Formats: sequence, C-alpha cells, structure tokens
Amino acid sequence: MIDRKTIADHNLTLEEYGRIVELIGREPTMTELGIFSLMWSEHCSYKSSKVYLKKLPTAGKNVIQGPGENAGILDIGAGLAVVFKIESHNHPSYIEPFQGAATGIGGILRDIFTMGARPIALLDSLRFGPLQTPKNRAIMDGVVAGISSYGNSMGIPTVGGEIYFHCCYSKNPLVNVFALGLVGKDKIFYAKAEGVGNPVLYVGSKTGRDGIHGATMASAEFGKETEQKRPNVQVGDPFKEKLLLEACLEVMEKGLIVGIQDMGAAGLTCSTSEMAAKSGTGISINLDLVPQREEGMTPYEIMLSESQERMLLVAKKENLAEVQRVFAKWDLDAVSIGEVTEGGRLRVNFRGETAVDVPVDAIVNLCPVYRRPSRKPAYLKTAEKFNPPPLPSDCNDILLRLIASPTIADKEWVYRQYDHQVQINSVLLPGADAALLRIKGQKKGLAMTLDGNSLYVYLSPRVGGMIAVAEACRNLACVGARPIGVTNCLNFGNPEKPEVMWQFKEVIEGMAEACRSFSIPVTGGNVSFYNDTEGISIYPTPVLGVVGLIDDISRAVSPGFKQAGDVIVLLGENKEELGGSEYLKAIFDLEKGPPPQIDLETEKRVHELCLGAVSRGLIRSAHDISEGGLAVALAECSFWSRAKTGSIVDLDDDIRPDALVFGESQSRIVVSVRKSDLSALLKMAGQKGVQAKVIGKTSGGKIMIRHAGREIIRLPVKSLYEAWKKSIPQTFSVP
Amino acid sequence: MRFGVVVFPGSNCDSDTFFVLKEVLGQDTTFLWHKDHDLKNVDCIVLPGGFSYGDYLRSGAIAKFSPLMQEVGEFAAKGGTVLGICNGFQVLLELGLLPGAMLRNTNLKFLCEFVHVRVENAQTRFSHKAKPGQVLRIPIAHFDGNYFASSELLRKLEKSNQVVFRYVDENGEATAEANVNGSAANIAGLINKEGNVMGLMPHPERASEALLGSTDGRVIFKSIIEKLEHD
Repeated sequence: MIDRKTIADHNLTLEEYGRIVELIGREPTMTELGIFSLMWSEHCSYKSSKVYLKKLPTAGKNVIQGPGENAGILDIGAGLAVVFKIESHNHPSYIEPFQGAATGIGGILRDIFTMGARPIALLDSLRFGPLQTPKNRAIMDGVVAGISSYGNSMGIPTVGGEIYFHCCYSKNPLVNVFALGLVGKDKIFYAKAEGVGNPVLYVGSKTGRDGIHGATMASAEFGKETEQKRPNVQVGDPFKEKLLLEACLEVMEKGLIVGIQDMGAAGLTCSTSEMAAKSGTGISINLDLVPQREEGMTPYEIMLSESQERMLLVAKKENLAEVQRVFAKWDLDAVSIGEVTEGGRLRVNFRGETAVDVPVDAIVNLCPVYRRPSRKPAYLKTAEKFNPPPLPSDCNDILLRLIASPTIADKEWVYRQYDHQVQINSVLLPGADAALLRIKGQKKGLAMTLDGNSLYVYLSPRVGGMIAVAEACRNLACVGARPIGVTNCLNFGNPEKPEVMWQFKEVIEGMAEACRSFSIPVTGGNVSFYNDTEGISIYPTPVLGVVGLIDDISRAVSPGFKQAGDVIVLLGENKEELGGSEYLKAIFDLEKGPPPQIDLETEKRVHELCLGAVSRGLIRSAHDISEGGLAVALAECSFWSRAKTGSIVDLDDDIRPDALVFGESQSRIVVSVRKSDLSALLKMAGQKGVQAKVIGKTSGGKIMIRHAGREIIRLPVKSLYEAWKKSIPQTFSVP
Repeated sequence: MRFGVVVFPGSNCDSDTFFVLKEVLGQDTTFLWHKDHDLKNVDCIVLPGGFSYGDYLRSGAIAKFSPLMQEVGEFAAKGGTVLGICNGFQVLLELGLLPGAMLRNTNLKFLCEFVHVRVENAQTRFSHKAKPGQVLRIPIAHFDGNYFASSELLRKLEKSNQVVFRYVDENGEATAEANVNGSAANIAGLINKEGNVMGLMPHPERASEALLGSTDGRVIFKSIIEKLEHD
C-alpha cells in the first residue's frame, strides 16, 4: 500500500505521484514506485536544470555527439574521435571518502568505454574544507586514496586536475571526475536496444544490495543523520572493471553487439529503460536470471541496486554464443536476462509474476520539468563593497605565505599517489597549466584542463562563469593547444532555494556567453544540486573541463623558464583589481569585492597570440596568471624550471603595488623568449592587437620585482620553492 | 630475436611494454596469454607492470598460479631470459625466481614519480650497455616496492653482485632520502645468481622516448637485444 509517507520517503511530491498514476493508468507497484523515484530524481532527470541547460551552445562542426548520451564525442581528424565527460561523486565521497571517490572513477570510466572508446586520461577537480581540521584531512586522504586505487589499478593515468580549499566544503566536499577516451570514428557505440527479439545481456559483477537509492540520496540535502547513509555508498572493484573494459572493447571491436549501456546511477532500471526509450522499443527481463551475490533480494532491490562494474548489452541474436565466449575469456558472467520487444514497455518478471509493466517513455521522458523560482541573493548587495587593506609593508613575507596557502601550494602529495604515466602518453607532468598527451602514431596531441574558481562565482555568478571558461581556454593556450570542446560539472546547493536557482541561471548565462565567444560546443556534463549540509549551501561551483588540440606536439610549451638570460614578456594588461583574490582571502581573510573583470574579445586575442607564437616556436615557456597573481606566476615558472632559474622584473604600472603583484586580473600570460625572438613576438602582438610588454629577464636563483624603481620583492627561489613544496605534506604529517 | 610480453588479467603496462619493444625499438614482439601454455618460441619473456588479478592479496601472489607461469619457470630454469618490471618483479619474487619479498612503501602511499637509479652491476645481460655507476632517470609507480631481505640474504646478494640497480639521488648518492619506498639497501633491481632473471621496480618502458622526458630506460632493453642477438 502506497501512502503519503512512502511517497515522501521516495523523494517524490504528491503532484509527481499523481502524474505517475495518470501516466500508467493505475497505482504503481512498490518496484515501479522505486523506479520512478530514481529516474525522476534530480540526479537522473535534470528536472530543475533542463530549461537552463538549453542555453548552452552545443553545436559545432567537430561535434559527433552532444549532450544526452553517456558522454560527448568530438571529431579530432585522422579518423579519430575523443569521448569525454565529467561527473560528480560529491555526496558518497563525504559519507565514505575512499569508496565514494573510487566508484566515481569507476562510473566515469564506464561512461567512456561504453561508447567504444579506450579511456586514456583521468583528471579530477576536488574541493575540501580547510586542512587544519582533522576531519577534512581524513576526507582528502580518503578521496585521494580512492581515486588512486581505482584509476591506478585500471591503468588509466590521472594526468591533471585542480584542488581548492574553503570552509564551505567542510561538510560537503566536491569530487568531480573527468575522463577522456580515444575511439576510431567508425567504432562508436550507443545505448541502443534495437532489433526486436535480440537478447539483452547482463555482464560484469553480480548484483547486491549496495547503493540502493544512491541517485535519490544525491538529490536531497544532507542532515545530521548523513553518516547513517553509509550503506547507500557502493563498493568498487577496479580489477573487475578492468576485465569489463577489455571484454567490452573486444566484443565491440568484433562488431558483435548492437548497443550497450553501463549500469551506473539507478542500475538496471536506468540502463533498460533508457536503451529502450532511445530506440523506441521495449525490454522484457526476468530478474530470476540476474546474477546475484545475496540471497532473498526483492525485485525492488534488484532493480534499484547500484552495484558497480555492471553493463547491459544488446547483442545480435546470432552472436550470443560468441559474446559469451569473449566474456568467459575474461572470467566474467554474460547472462541473457531478456530481450528487446515491441511496444515500448519495460516488463520485469520475478518468480513468475509481473513486477513492473510500464511505458519506458513515462520513466525516461515524461518526468515533470521545473522552472523553479529564482531570486538574487541578498548577500550580493554588499559582497562587492570592501575597504582595501592598508598597503603591506613587506611583500616578501606575503608572497611566502601566499605560495604556501593550500590552494596555491604544490599538490605533489596528491598526484604522486596517482599513476600519471601509465599508457605512456603523458608529455607534461601534473601541475602544468594543462595536461598534455601524445596520440601514438600522430603528430598532433591532446590537451585538457579543469577549472573553476568558486569564490569569483560566489561574488558574481555570471562573471565567475565566464572566467571559468576563459581560464580553462587560457590554460590550453599556454601549452599551445586550441580548445575544441567543453564538458561541465555544475555543483550547486538546493535548487528549491530561489537564491541557488538564481546563481545557477546566472552561471549558465556567463558560461554560455564565453563558450559562444570561443566557439566551443558544450558536449555534455553533469549537474549536482543539493550540495547543502544542515541548511548551508556550498559556494556555487561550476567546474569546466575543456579539451584542446595541438597540431604539432613537439612544439608544446611548459611553464618552466628554460635558461637564464631569456626575456620575460607579459601578454595582457595589469589592472588594479584585488576583489576575490587569494591574496585578500589568505592574508586578510576577506572574501569580498568584485571579481576581476573580463573582456572576452581581449581574452581571445591573448590566446591567439600565445597559440601563434607557440606554433612558430617563438616562446620557450608560458604560464597563466591566476590565483596569487603575477608574483606567484613568476615563482611557478621558476619551480618548473629544471635549474630553478629566477627572474628580475621591472614594473611601472600606476597601480597599488599589492594589486600589481598579487591581483588576479584576467587575460594575462607570462612568457619567456630568446632575445633573438623578441622582436618577432612583439610584432606578432602588434598585429593581433594584444598588449605585450617586456617586463624583465630570467636570471640566477632569485626572484626580484621592482615597482617604479623600488624593490618590492626579493627572495631566493629556493626559499619560495621550499615553502611551496612543504605546505601540504606538512599539514598531513601533523598527528 | 623475439620478445614475449605476458598478459595477466589486470596487467596494465603490457601494451606500453609491447609498444616500446615493437614500435620504438623495432623488435619482433608478441603477447603471451596467462591461460595458455605456449611460449611462442620467444627468446625473452617480459612480465609487465600492473595489478595482476587486482593484487587484492599480496602483489603477484595469485599470478604465480597462472597456467603460463609453469612454462615461465621451466624457461627460466633452462637459462631463458626473463625480465620482471614492477608487478612483474613482484611476481618473480612470489614465484621464487628471485629472492626476497616486497612490503608496502614506507609512507603507506602509492608512489608515481621519476627517480634516479644507479647501475651497480653493468655486466649482466640486462645492463651491459650501461656504464658502471651510471645514473638513470626512470619513473616508478607502485604501492609495494619496499624490498625486504634478511641481513644474511642481503650479504649474499651484495657478495655475488646480484644488486643491479639502487635508488640514488641525482648525484648518484645512495642516500636515505633517495630511497623513496624504504627498500633494504636502496635496492631497486635484482638479478638471480645464474644471471638470466632480473626484476626491477622502475619502469624502463616509460623512459624510452624523448617526448616523454627520458630515454634512460632504453639501455636495459638494448642490453638484452644485443646480448641475445649475439648468442
């Protein structure tokens, strides 16, 4: 008997329940209610975000697959395509950091190889609370170990990513994982259930009770009882997934199957109904045939389980035996549990009785769509106003503190736990502006980066959204790659709060404008709402994953200075902008002010100049100026230099010295060039209409910055390097 | 001559090793499937890196029971050349083809980074193209690379020159700091008494192309190729 409490427990409103009854013409069975509850959850249905996501540009000449499939696909020429996507695993990672993060990796990898692509790269964007708190360290330790455990075992390199720390993530850490795979253009597979009578095969791990209601959990706020939700988190088995990867790619390569879909969120429910809905067919399955690892499971539990490392395939009838032979080779089950049917219904039998018989269209496509009320948050009235702090007396001390602030400090403690070199394609090590991979047998290479400064977004959602796109593209330009496509992970609070919805709307507007300006299509992504704990929302945190191409990988550039005596040139313009800076936050505990302004046309011109100069071999190093400003960027160029070469820089801009060296004005790249190439670079800058100014030279073992002739920074590279290097490991060595 | 790269379920450096041998070094190379008993007439067997059988028990502990390992054992007993890289080294220890055992890294974390190793014995078939004492820059990537041996075994290993590579700093000093995973006597690579079976934790296949930052790993493959081609 389905009563109000049962409906509420399934996170459905009474109106939604009424719609279900109307759509299926009767009261649902408990299993059917469970199915609707999952598929109509925010996580699976995008019911609050759909109307806004439509504003993102999705078309482009390279787009093979835009949003709506497991992952987006772009043509990269030479008969090859890249398949990529970003996903969040925030809620499970708070409850059980290791398994939550590990299964996040498992899920995103299945999204990639389910389309026929072999995953070649992982990146992750992480947000934690301040590391002074033991609980936050434990979460970070667990998340990093979980990613490491799963990705390393699978043999997929984790080649880059980003990490920020802020107290808004203390009880709601963010774990966003990005994966990219490579596939022959004629070898792409989709989630299709075509050919009435074709067998539906269940492959991979056995089904248990783990992860029941995972998607529903990710669609509600957390309260004090969150810890009790631990059984909702799945447990990962990367070894099983590695076998699944090889077996799936083998049956696809041999052309034995019609369609394939992974069983991620909402497991068997989602895979059966989505495959059928996409093909206008139905699916009938018999749950007695589903491999199970626990006894006495109900149809409700089997349909809703989120056990990991499972896939659903539709094979050509005549190939059934051959498919099973391939899976047996990899020691995996491949069981025919049903068939494709006519009539568009999902029918589920259990012990001779019908447990489910509903139209797939109702489950997949007819979920209500909401245009939720939105209201500009009150905090924005005062957020932009702030009294600038007094001018610092000692910029050296500030730079040393800034470089050691966890958001800026070296992340080697994290990435040395990730196998970042397996598959032998990694040309740049993690920590560079963007990850760079060669493609075996090709001259060109692939670059990718993740970006998202949530403080900017908090202070001005629209500008913050634009900057996220702009900075990601700038990162690619720094290594010499042109952006070709975007995926995004939009982490927000509860969308039922009008303020959160307003932030969401604004961020989408900003991102859409920037993507249009750079002519890059959004090929998919993920929305994670309900990032609230005990009523407090996280800062709005869009994370952009941008993929780029470099025509000649041997021309790629790293951030490190190459030798003393080169000329340092600043592309772009210094402005007096302190708002939203890491300087204000880390030194003065001030999260105020307008974030840096951005002019997308100027930004684009700076990228064009950098790309042109890299392809002509004019520049020897390039590094984006971001958190911590010019001073931090210069220091990082030294850290990346093999000989730890320093710099002597003279600035004459008529702005506050702290804004000059620590401000985060956008559209700036610091490059080093041989003396002999300087005039060619400056000429090119003139032609492209970009301000490019010689600001100094690479030199010795010190970083020295003078402003209008007055020395404001003078520090040995070595002391800065040590402060930068030690910060995070030291935090973790505290007992 | 012909190389065979063993594929266990969970191997993940098999394709990398194959690529370097075949595409970079131009050698006749084939995969050897763990369930087979056929060594396909290879002259050198490479056990690659990865997580054989998931390594949920001790690393390499299950792989030693693979059907193919019986043949590998016989091949080695007859003097055949066997190279174990990372997980392959762990498998060789489990098989008893090399002495000692692996513990977790002392910091209890997975470690992936470039390290320096010094060539301690440049007279083996795996290292004769290197100079004695030459320092190689090659990446590691493992959780269980902390080599353990009793002090008696260590004495024997040193005496019979079985230590082929040692972790050192960039200046070639075998310091405690350079010993990233805590290995006994900084041991990074080891050969059997007969000189035909070697295991090492660093990944030479990851240091065989300039584009990827180092070509120092090639010297190991080149040593094998030259030695076996001469025989």
